[in-house]
Amino acid sequence: MKELMLGNKAVARGLYEAGCEFISSYPGTPSTEITEEAAKYDEIYCEWAPNEKVAMEAAFGAALAGRRSFTGMKHVGLNVAADPLYTMSYTGINAGLVVGVADDAGMHSSQNEQDSRHHAIAAKLPLLEPSDSAEAREFAMAAYELSERFDTPVLLKMCTRVAHSQSVVEPKERTLHRKDYEKDIAKYVMMPGNAIRRHPIVEERTARLAEFAEDCPFNRVEMGGTEKGIITDSTSYQYVKEVFGDSVSVLKLGLVNPLPKKLIKDFAAKVDTLYVVEELDPIIENHVRSLGLETHGKDLLPICGEFSQNLVAKALGGEVHEGEALDDPIPPRPPVMCAGCPHRGLFYTLKKLGCTVLGDIGCYTLGAVAPLGAMEMTLCMGASVSAIHGFNKALGAESENRTVAVIGDSTFMHSGMTGLADVAYNQSNSTIIILDNSITGMTGHQQNPTTGLNLRGDPAGKIDLEALCRAFGFENVSVVDPYDLEECETVISRELAKNEPSMIISRRPCALLKYVKHKPPVSVDPEKCRSCKSCMKIGCPAISMKSVEGEEKKKATIDATLCVGCGVCEQLCPFDAFVEGGEE
Amino acid sequence: MSVKNVMIVGVGGQGSLLASKLLGHLLLASGYDVKVSEVHGMSQRGGSVVTYVRYGEKVYSPVIDEGEADCIVSFELLEAARWMRFLKKDGVIITNTQTIDPMPVITGTAEYPENLEEKMRAKGINVDAMDALSLAQEAGSAKAVNLVLLGRLSKYFEEIPAERWQEAIEACVPARFLELNKKAFALGNG
Repeated sequence: MKELMLGNKAVARGLYEAGCEFISSYPGTPSTEITEEAAKYDEIYCEWAPNEKVAMEAAFGAALAGRRSFTGMKHVGLNVAADPLYTMSYTGINAGLVVGVADDAGMHSSQNEQDSRHHAIAAKLPLLEPSDSAEAREFAMAAYELSERFDTPVLLKMCTRVAHSQSVVEPKERTLHRKDYEKDIAKYVMMPGNAIRRHPIVEERTARLAEFAEDCPFNRVEMGGTEKGIITDSTSYQYVKEVFGDSVSVLKLGLVNPLPKKLIKDFAAKVDTLYVVEELDPIIENHVRSLGLETHGKDLLPICGEFSQNLVAKALGGEVHEGEALDDPIPPRPPVMCAGCPHRGLFYTLKKLGCTVLGDIGCYTLGAVAPLGAMEMTLCMGASVSAIHGFNKALGAESENRTVAVIGDSTFMHSGMTGLADVAYNQSNSTIIILDNSITGMTGHQQNPTTGLNLRGDPAGKIDLEALCRAFGFENVSVVDPYDLEECETVISRELAKNEPSMIISRRPCALLKYVKHKPPVSVDPEKCRSCKSCMKIGCPAISMKSVEGEEKKKATIDATLCVGCGVCEQLCPFDAFVEGGEE
Repeated sequence: MSVKNVMIVGVGGQGSLLASKLLGHLLLASGYDVKVSEVHGMSQRGGSVVTYVRYGEKVYSPVIDEGEADCIVSFELLEAARWMRFLKKDGVIITNTQTIDPMPVITGTAEYPENLEEKMRAKGINVDAMDALSLAQEAGSAKAVNLVLLGRLSKYFEEIPAERWQEAIEACVPARFLELNKKAFALGNG
């Protein structure tokens, strides 16, 4: 029966039908739902690994053992997992291994806009790119066949629009494909003497894959008008068809590494002007040019950002649609920390103390945004801990007593621990704050090794952060409640003043977690409020200054539908204007 | 038939994902090709969010571009104004009159524009405004704003019979909230 499915759910369906039995992933928008949806099938073992490198190696182990396996991650996660990936290209697999990677053109939820197709070329691995949910399912299944036929991991590349769009899918039955594990030292032990023999096999495989690309079912020509010939992939295909329909000819590429030669040359010969329409980097375009063909591409279309039908129409001479806008400027509505977010009180304290804050990846990156503006660096997962070590080593006493690193619990387990080993081993006087909200927040509440629950929500091993820090040699390990501003200030000031490394764990669960019991919303007594705006310094979306009847000045008011009664604003009011448990 | 475009816009956390799920279910059950494009991740945290719903005989692009929406359903007034340029000529904006200050307004670096409903109408836009929050509260929960707005939207879908909307609500809403949501839908429709 036909079903409307999110692209990521369709990938999960494809994995299920292809007989995948093992999935290890790390959450990252826009890839997270592949693994969450796959976990709904009892037949597939699914887990969140501490990071992408671990996930990929675990998936490799399962494939080696003879079970079809999968690992999923976002584009930047593939950087973390690049080490095993590049050598898995040499070892090959036993049972099929598919690596799902989701790019984020437009950076809806990412720190950069890198193009994962580069990894496929550099690691010499086949890469499939679906353009909708039906293809997401179909390509996930085909990826296993390719993987086993060519003895290689296969990259399945999603993008935000394919991952997070729903379209129609027709699910079918599941079939199992198992292999036996056989010892093969020359193939699986990648020391120089063996790897030297594997490299030519990789090159020969790429040549065979390139031949396969010439007439494989994933690359198809749709002949229409021959004035324009458009080579395209992924979601760009949809925009091209939306704008031009059958008035142009299209070569739609599903296998984007390696790329075909003859197929492209033949297509080019049938059309007057050739165009390549692809998001991000000119990968297909450069290949087309390397064949000696003239083509339009990034001369007309941007490298930065996402495409849309109007963008393609404007660049290639299609019909552009326009709408009417208001004359008034519309204030932007950026994402904000939620009302009751435990990070808020901590960032307020850091700002008040004038700290230099080196940050990390998570919801708490919003600590960099006005009015808190209390974060000065965010690079990649785990970088806060390693960077504060370098920062303090470089500046010494000048920074040691006023600089902190902040990192979430999940991010700390991902790659903060190795940075911490550097602090502990090479002895910098650094203060590190783990923002422990007991969940992986930004990607939508995934469990992690510190929560005591596994992906399915069942009891699991629980890593004790305090014990871990002590085991690393930290003697100063404190725990604070970020709702208690006085405690935060006292502890952070005390630890910064010490001439040795300190770990502070700011612990309170994410306000959006279902099990968290909130207090009733607070309210403001307008007679006591003197409009000083002290409470506005924390950037709480539930507080705004509004006109009140009978009062000349605007007064602080609370949106009771948002307020969860965390009480941080109350602690800031010099006039006691906040009333606890106000009317619902 | 040509492809029809519906946008659902609002503030992250207002419940637009349920609205698009329900709409997708309804349109697929009505025999159309359907695509729904959503926003996940950081933008959901109180930011401006948009969902695109497209249906017809064959749908290619998953997104709706400027000047293409037949209908914009907005959970918040400023968001209706923000996305207005995506409306095609003869399109309609169904909007909740509720206002939620964005952070630049809260911190005082920007003003929430006044009289947005009138200003949109002055530009020749067909605006169907309603106090969906009060109607949702009347139905039993402020969270039912999504069903109130869908109730109003259903009036613009002449081709889809009322029973099919009811079936879609039953399929997409948890059983314990069913009565509340049906009431909200009816109030929006009424």
